[in-house]
Amino acid sequence: MSEEIIRLHYDINDEDFSAAGEASSGVKKTLSALGVSPETVKKVAIAMYEAEINAVIHADGGEADIEITPEEIKVVISDRGPGIPDMEKAMEPGYSTATETVRELGFGAGMGLPNMKRYTDEMYIDTKLGEGTTVTLIVKI
Amino acid sequence: MTAREVAEKLNMTILTGSGDKEVTGFYTCDLLSWVISHANSGDMWVTVMNNLNILAVASLVDVSCVVIPEGIEAYENLLERAKEKDITLIATNRSAANVIIEASKLIGR
Repeated sequence: MSEEIIRLHYDINDEDFSAAGEASSGVKKTLSALGVSPETVKKVAIAMYEAEINAVIHADGGEADIEITPEEIKVVISDRGPGIPDMEKAMEPGYSTATETVRELGFGAGMGLPNMKRYTDEMYIDTKLGEGTTVTLIVKI
Repeated sequence: MTAREVAEKLNMTILTGSGDKEVTGFYTCDLLSWVISHANSGDMWVTVMNNLNILAVASLVDVSCVVIPEGIEAYENLLERAKEKDITLIATNRSAANVIIEASKLIGR
Protein backbone atom coordinates (compact mmCIF):
# COMPACT_ATOMS: atom_id res chain seq x y z
CA MET A 1 0.00 0.00 0.00
CA SER A 2 1.27 3.53 -0.71
CA GLU A 3 2.33 5.87 2.09
CA GLU A 4 -0.39 8.42 1.53
CA ILE A 5 -3.45 8.67 3.70
CA ILE A 6 -6.71 7.79 2.00
CA ARG A 7 -9.76 9.64 3.25
CA LEU A 8 -13.38 8.70 2.57
CA HIS A 9 -16.56 10.49 3.55
CA TYR A 10 -20.14 9.25 3.60
CA ASP A 11 -23.39 10.91 4.57
CA ILE A 12 -25.61 8.50 6.42
CA ASN A 13 -29.12 9.67 5.63
CA ASP A 14 -31.58 6.91 5.82
CA GLU A 15 -35.04 7.39 7.19
CA ASP A 16 -36.49 4.05 6.16
CA PHE A 17 -33.39 1.86 6.75
CA SER A 18 -33.45 0.80 3.12
CA ALA A 19 -29.86 1.90 2.47
CA ALA A 20 -28.44 1.13 5.91
CA GLY A 21 -25.07 -0.51 5.41
CA GLU A 22 -24.23 1.30 2.16
CA ALA A 23 -21.34 3.25 3.72
CA SER A 24 -19.90 0.10 5.32
CA SER A 25 -20.24 -1.80 2.05
CA GLY A 26 -18.42 1.02 0.24
CA VAL A 27 -15.57 0.97 2.75
CA LYS A 28 -15.36 -2.81 2.54
CA LYS A 29 -14.97 -2.62 -1.24
CA THR A 30 -12.29 0.08 -1.02
CA LEU A 31 -10.28 -1.85 1.59
CA SER A 32 -10.47 -5.07 -0.40
CA ALA A 33 -9.33 -3.23 -3.53
CA LEU A 34 -6.37 -1.80 -1.59
CA GLY A 35 -5.30 -5.32 -0.72
CA VAL A 36 -6.06 -5.15 3.01
CA SER A 37 -6.32 -8.68 4.45
CA PRO A 38 -9.82 -10.22 4.45
CA GLU A 39 -9.66 -10.63 8.23
CA THR A 40 -9.00 -6.91 8.77
CA VAL A 41 -11.63 -5.96 6.20
CA LYS A 42 -14.17 -8.11 8.05
CA LYS A 43 -13.41 -6.45 11.39
CA VAL A 44 -13.81 -2.96 9.95
CA ALA A 45 -16.97 -3.90 8.06
CA ILE A 46 -18.68 -5.38 11.13
CA ALA A 47 -17.74 -2.57 13.51
CA MET A 48 -18.63 0.15 11.02
CA TYR A 49 -21.93 -1.48 10.06
CA GLU A 50 -22.98 -1.52 13.71
CA ALA A 51 -22.03 2.14 14.16
CA GLU A 52 -23.82 3.07 10.94
CA ILE A 53 -26.97 1.23 12.00
CA ASN A 54 -26.86 2.90 15.40
CA ALA A 55 -26.70 6.34 13.78
CA VAL A 56 -29.75 5.44 11.67
CA ILE A 57 -31.74 3.86 14.50
CA HIS A 58 -31.07 6.42 17.18
CA ALA A 59 -30.31 9.64 15.32
CA ASP A 60 -31.89 9.43 11.84
CA GLY A 61 -28.43 9.30 10.33
CA GLY A 62 -25.12 11.11 10.58
CA GLU A 63 -21.75 11.16 8.90
CA ALA A 64 -18.88 8.76 8.47
CA ASP A 65 -15.25 9.74 7.95
CA ILE A 66 -12.66 7.10 7.23
CA GLU A 67 -8.88 7.42 7.25
CA ILE A 68 -6.78 4.62 5.86
CA THR A 69 -3.04 4.66 6.55
CA PRO A 70 -0.49 1.86 6.17
CA GLU A 71 -0.78 1.25 9.93
CA GLU A 72 -4.48 1.48 10.69
CA ILE A 73 -8.02 2.14 9.58
CA LYS A 74 -9.88 4.79 11.53
CA VAL A 75 -13.65 5.14 11.21
CA VAL A 76 -15.40 8.10 12.82
CA ILE A 77 -19.20 8.06 12.85
CA SER A 78 -20.93 11.10 14.26
CA ASP A 79 -24.58 11.92 14.73
CA ARG A 80 -26.75 14.65 16.19
CA GLY A 81 -28.97 12.25 18.06
CA PRO A 82 -30.10 12.13 21.69
CA GLY A 83 -26.78 10.95 23.12
CA ILE A 84 -26.22 7.87 25.30
CA PRO A 85 -27.57 8.40 28.84
CA ASP A 86 -26.06 5.30 30.45
CA MET A 87 -22.84 4.17 28.84
CA GLU A 88 -22.32 1.22 31.16
CA LYS A 89 -25.72 -0.24 30.28
CA ALA A 90 -25.25 0.52 26.59
CA MET A 91 -22.10 -1.62 26.60
CA GLU A 92 -23.92 -4.62 28.11
CA PRO A 93 -24.59 -7.31 25.50
CA GLY A 94 -28.36 -7.64 25.06
CA TYR A 95 -29.26 -4.19 26.35
CA SER A 96 -31.09 -2.12 23.76
CA THR A 97 -33.28 0.99 23.61
CA ALA A 98 -34.43 0.27 20.06
CA THR A 99 -38.15 0.59 19.32
CA GLU A 100 -40.43 -2.33 18.51
CA THR A 101 -40.54 -1.28 14.85
CA VAL A 102 -36.77 -1.35 14.62
CA ARG A 103 -36.64 -4.75 16.32
CA GLU A 104 -39.08 -6.17 13.80
CA LEU A 105 -36.51 -5.37 11.11
CA GLY A 106 -33.95 -7.58 12.83
CA PHE A 107 -32.09 -4.86 14.74
CA GLY A 108 -32.04 -4.05 18.44
CA ALA A 109 -30.34 -7.24 19.62
CA GLY A 110 -28.23 -5.16 21.99
CA MET A 111 -25.08 -6.32 20.22
CA GLY A 112 -24.09 -3.07 18.50
CA LEU A 113 -21.58 -1.56 20.90
CA PRO A 114 -20.31 -4.98 22.11
CA ASN A 115 -19.63 -5.96 18.47
CA MET A 116 -17.81 -2.67 17.83
CA LYS A 117 -15.64 -3.25 20.89
CA ARG A 118 -14.95 -6.86 19.97
CA TYR A 119 -13.88 -6.19 16.40
CA THR A 120 -11.73 -3.10 16.90
CA ASP A 121 -8.37 -2.50 18.53
CA GLU A 122 -9.46 0.85 19.95
CA MET A 123 -12.89 2.38 20.42
CA TYR A 124 -13.75 5.83 21.75
CA ILE A 125 -17.22 7.21 22.37
CA ASP A 126 -17.89 10.88 22.84
CA THR A 127 -21.51 11.51 23.71
CA LYS A 128 -23.50 14.48 25.03
CA LEU A 129 -27.15 14.24 25.96
CA GLY A 130 -29.29 16.17 23.50
CA GLU A 131 -26.33 16.94 21.25
CA GLY A 132 -25.12 13.73 19.71
CA THR A 133 -22.61 10.92 19.71
CA THR A 134 -19.31 10.38 17.95
CA VAL A 135 -17.87 6.89 17.81
CA THR A 136 -14.26 6.38 16.78
CA LEU A 137 -13.25 2.89 15.71
CA ILE A 138 -9.64 1.93 15.05
CA VAL A 139 -8.49 -1.31 13.52
CA LYS A 140 -4.73 -1.88 13.20
CA ILE A 141 -3.46 -3.32 9.96
CA MET B 1 -21.43 -27.31 -4.65
CA THR B 2 -22.76 -23.93 -5.75
CA ALA B 3 -25.85 -22.25 -4.32
CA ARG B 4 -27.62 -22.84 -7.63
CA GLU B 5 -26.89 -26.57 -7.55
CA VAL B 6 -28.08 -26.88 -3.95
CA ALA B 7 -31.27 -24.95 -4.78
CA GLU B 8 -32.01 -27.10 -7.82
CA LYS B 9 -31.43 -30.38 -6.01
CA LEU B 10 -33.75 -29.34 -3.17
CA ASN B 11 -36.41 -27.91 -5.49
CA MET B 12 -35.96 -24.42 -4.12
CA THR B 13 -36.60 -21.33 -6.27
CA ILE B 14 -33.78 -18.99 -7.20
CA LEU B 15 -35.33 -15.52 -7.12
CA THR B 16 -32.29 -13.40 -7.93
CA GLY B 17 -28.56 -13.66 -8.52
CA SER B 18 -26.33 -16.06 -10.39
CA GLY B 19 -26.08 -18.60 -7.57
CA ASP B 20 -22.57 -19.42 -8.67
CA LYS B 21 -20.89 -19.01 -5.28
CA GLU B 22 -19.75 -22.13 -3.52
CA VAL B 23 -21.74 -23.08 -0.39
CA THR B 24 -19.11 -23.74 2.25
CA GLY B 25 -21.25 -23.70 5.40
CA PHE B 26 -24.60 -22.80 6.94
CA TYR B 27 -26.00 -20.18 9.25
CA THR B 28 -29.49 -19.36 10.45
CA CYS B 29 -30.54 -16.41 12.61
CA ASP B 30 -32.73 -13.35 12.21
CA LEU B 31 -30.92 -10.92 14.46
CA LEU B 32 -28.71 -9.01 12.06
CA SER B 33 -26.02 -8.19 14.63
CA TRP B 34 -25.62 -11.89 15.35
CA VAL B 35 -25.44 -12.75 11.71
CA ILE B 36 -22.88 -10.13 10.86
CA SER B 37 -20.56 -11.19 13.66
CA HIS B 38 -21.09 -14.98 13.57
CA ALA B 39 -21.86 -16.03 10.01
CA ASN B 40 -18.94 -16.84 7.73
CA SER B 41 -18.11 -15.97 4.18
CA GLY B 42 -19.59 -18.64 1.88
CA ASP B 43 -22.36 -19.64 4.27
CA MET B 44 -25.86 -20.37 3.07
CA TRP B 45 -27.81 -17.98 5.34
CA VAL B 46 -31.39 -18.92 6.15
CA THR B 47 -33.56 -16.12 7.55
CA VAL B 48 -37.26 -15.34 7.85
CA MET B 49 -36.43 -11.64 7.52
CA ASN B 50 -37.58 -10.32 4.16
CA ASN B 51 -36.66 -6.64 4.40
CA LEU B 52 -33.93 -4.76 2.54
CA ASN B 53 -31.52 -4.85 5.46
CA ILE B 54 -30.68 -8.50 4.88
CA LEU B 55 -28.94 -7.47 1.65
CA ALA B 56 -26.37 -5.23 3.34
CA VAL B 57 -25.63 -8.00 5.83
CA ALA B 58 -25.41 -10.63 3.09
CA SER B 59 -22.98 -8.49 1.13
CA LEU B 60 -20.85 -7.51 4.14
CA VAL B 61 -20.52 -11.12 5.32
CA ASP B 62 -20.20 -12.31 1.72
CA VAL B 63 -22.54 -15.27 2.15
CA SER B 64 -23.01 -17.57 -0.83
CA CYS B 65 -26.79 -17.04 -0.80
CA VAL B 66 -29.77 -16.07 1.34
CA VAL B 67 -32.61 -18.56 1.72
CA ILE B 68 -36.05 -17.30 2.73
CA PRO B 69 -37.87 -20.34 4.13
CA GLU B 70 -41.44 -21.27 5.13
CA GLY B 71 -43.02 -19.87 1.97
CA ILE B 72 -42.40 -16.31 3.15
CA GLU B 73 -42.96 -13.79 0.40
CA ALA B 74 -40.06 -11.71 -0.94
CA TYR B 75 -41.37 -8.31 -1.95
CA GLU B 76 -40.61 -6.54 -5.20
CA ASN B 77 -38.32 -3.91 -3.64
CA LEU B 78 -36.22 -6.66 -2.05
CA LEU B 79 -35.94 -8.50 -5.36
CA GLU B 80 -35.01 -5.35 -7.27
CA ARG B 81 -32.27 -4.39 -4.85
CA ALA B 82 -30.95 -7.96 -4.65
CA LYS B 83 -30.68 -8.03 -8.45
CA GLU B 84 -28.76 -4.73 -8.43
CA LYS B 85 -26.32 -6.09 -5.85
CA ASP B 86 -26.14 -9.52 -7.50
CA ILE B 87 -27.10 -11.28 -4.30
CA THR B 88 -28.53 -14.77 -4.67
CA LEU B 89 -31.93 -15.00 -3.00
CA ILE B 90 -33.63 -18.37 -2.79
CA ALA B 91 -37.21 -19.07 -1.71
CA THR B 92 -38.66 -22.32 -0.42
CA ASN B 93 -41.57 -23.77 1.53
CA ARG B 94 -39.15 -25.85 3.59
CA SER B 95 -38.39 -24.87 7.19
CA ALA B 96 -35.03 -23.34 8.08
CA ALA B 97 -34.00 -26.55 9.85
CA ASN B 98 -35.01 -28.71 6.89
CA VAL B 99 -33.09 -26.53 4.42
CA ILE B 100 -29.91 -26.84 6.44
CA ILE B 101 -30.25 -30.56 7.18
CA GLU B 102 -30.91 -31.46 3.54
CA ALA B 103 -28.36 -29.05 2.06
CA SER B 104 -25.80 -30.27 4.55
CA LYS B 105 -26.28 -33.86 3.34
CA LEU B 106 -25.68 -32.66 -0.22
CA ILE B 107 -22.44 -30.86 0.41
CA GLY B 108 -21.25 -33.27 3.07
CA ARG B 109 -20.77 -30.76 5.86
